[in-house]
Amino acid sequence: MLELRNICYKIGRREILHNVSFCVGSKEFVAITGPNGSGKSTLLQIIMGIRQPSSGNIIFNGKDISKISITDRAKIGLAYSFQQPVLFKGLTVKDILQISATGNETFLVDNDTDYGELLRAVGLSPEEYLGREINDSLSGGELKRIEIASAFARNAKLTLFDEPEAGIDLWSFDKLIKLFRNRPDKAIIVISHQKRILDVADRVLKLENGRISEVTKL
Amino acid sequence: MMNLDEIEQKLLKDVASITSVPEGAYNFRVNGESISRQSSEHINIVPKINKSGIDIYISPDTKDEVVHIPVIISKSGLKEAVYNDFHIGDNCEVTIVAGCGIYNCGTDDSVHDGIHTFYIGRGSKVKYIEKHYGAGPGAGKILNPVTNLYLEPGSYAELEMEQIRGVDSTKRLTHAELKDGSKILIQERLLTHGRQTANSIIEVTMLEKNTSADIVSRSVARDYSRQSFTSHIIGEALCRGHSECDAIMMENAQVVATPSLEASDINAELIHEAAIGKIAGTQLTKLMTLGLTRNQAESQIINGFLK
Repeated sequence: MLELRNICYKIGRREILHNVSFCVGSKEFVAITGPNGSGKSTLLQIIMGIRQPSSGNIIFNGKDISKISITDRAKIGLAYSFQQPVLFKGLTVKDILQISATGNETFLVDNDTDYGELLRAVGLSPEEYLGREINDSLSGGELKRIEIASAFARNAKLTLFDEPEAGIDLWSFDKLIKLFRNRPDKAIIVISHQKRILDVADRVLKLENGRISEVTKL
Repeated sequence: MMNLDEIEQKLLKDVASITSVPEGAYNFRVNGESISRQSSEHINIVPKINKSGIDIYISPDTKDEVVHIPVIISKSGLKEAVYNDFHIGDNCEVTIVAGCGIYNCGTDDSVHDGIHTFYIGRGSKVKYIEKHYGAGPGAGKILNPVTNLYLEPGSYAELEMEQIRGVDSTKRLTHAELKDGSKILIQERLLTHGRQTANSIIEVTMLEKNTSADIVSRSVARDYSRQSFTSHIIGEALCRGHSECDAIMMENAQVVATPSLEASDINAELIHEAAIGKIAGTQLTKLMTLGLTRNQAESQIINGFLK
């Protein structure tokens, strides 16, 4: 499904990623771990098109998507969950779920019941949250769960999660991963330091100093 | 409907969501004249004798009634000042839908100065909705609303005031005085574009104890437009006041926000917040990761912000 070929990323003379190459199968769950500053988030942003690599290619379902926009990557089946959720004054949780669901040609949800199920899956009550504005009246944990729900609403072929469990208590992302994996032909890449998440991954890539230093296959 | 042409009907829909003659009390003002008026059992609308405008008398204990008083101007060069006074009895629960739409295809400015004064009785709850809209290829579409509110003890006023688009110049003044236990919520939404100017001043004085005021202004300034927003909250007793002004600037626009607080009682709690900035890059990126183009994302953010 996804193939990264010799991805390099530099800021000035500083090399953040050096010849990173790996593949992800269509139903695979890959976890990326490694110390702070090793390039994990940068790598995910490059896959989504948020950053452009200095060199290298990204192949998705046989097509080179290295030069296409974030929007077009989203349209062909990539989804991305931000490490730091974004605030929107005026947009409600329902608005963002609606945009998430309809931005993709593969509709997953189209009514309040489905939005409610998405919220319940991340441990939030739809009655309480659907109409809430996505602003700083929500806690970091609440925002994170909404962010994850919006990524799931995409029903994308490949979903990228940047530290989804950070800031969330009393709820386990690994349970959600198990639910997610019941969807056919869906792949996930997750950046995480959490053992419980690494334990359920098909493969764990360790990134150090911009290089893949270790691959663990479960 | 009431011999309105297509443009006038569209304006009426845009500013007051009216597509047919509404139930209850109403006064439709078109091109400087009242073309249709109706009172109801509890709401009496009386034209003023010595100046332009109407007095609206709402009987005590009137519940769940709506008054529509839209204004439409489609005649280029028409300039008017209209005085509408609302006398709201005790223990009422009413909604007042105002709004003004101007279509100007001529060479002279069209101007509507709407001066609304509300006397809100004890324990009454009033919701006031006002939308402004300008259209047409002609000269200035100018709207200068003045809204005065006098709240008796235990009353509540909620104002939704929106400038949708197309208004070339506006000077807005909202003034409220609150007595014991009364509360007010003022929500203002403004969009300016082209070389339009908007100046809005909101002043609230909390005269007596247990009063509260919440002012929320959100605006978007595009192109070369200029906006100025001033909020002034005065606390003279045990009270709570909050003012929030957020503005999104785009292209070459200019925005000035001046929130100010004034307290003369140690028990007054007053807060203001103001933020001006462009659309955050992370907001655009987030919506693009959901499949929207940059332009679609921008529209979504602006529409949501001004909702």
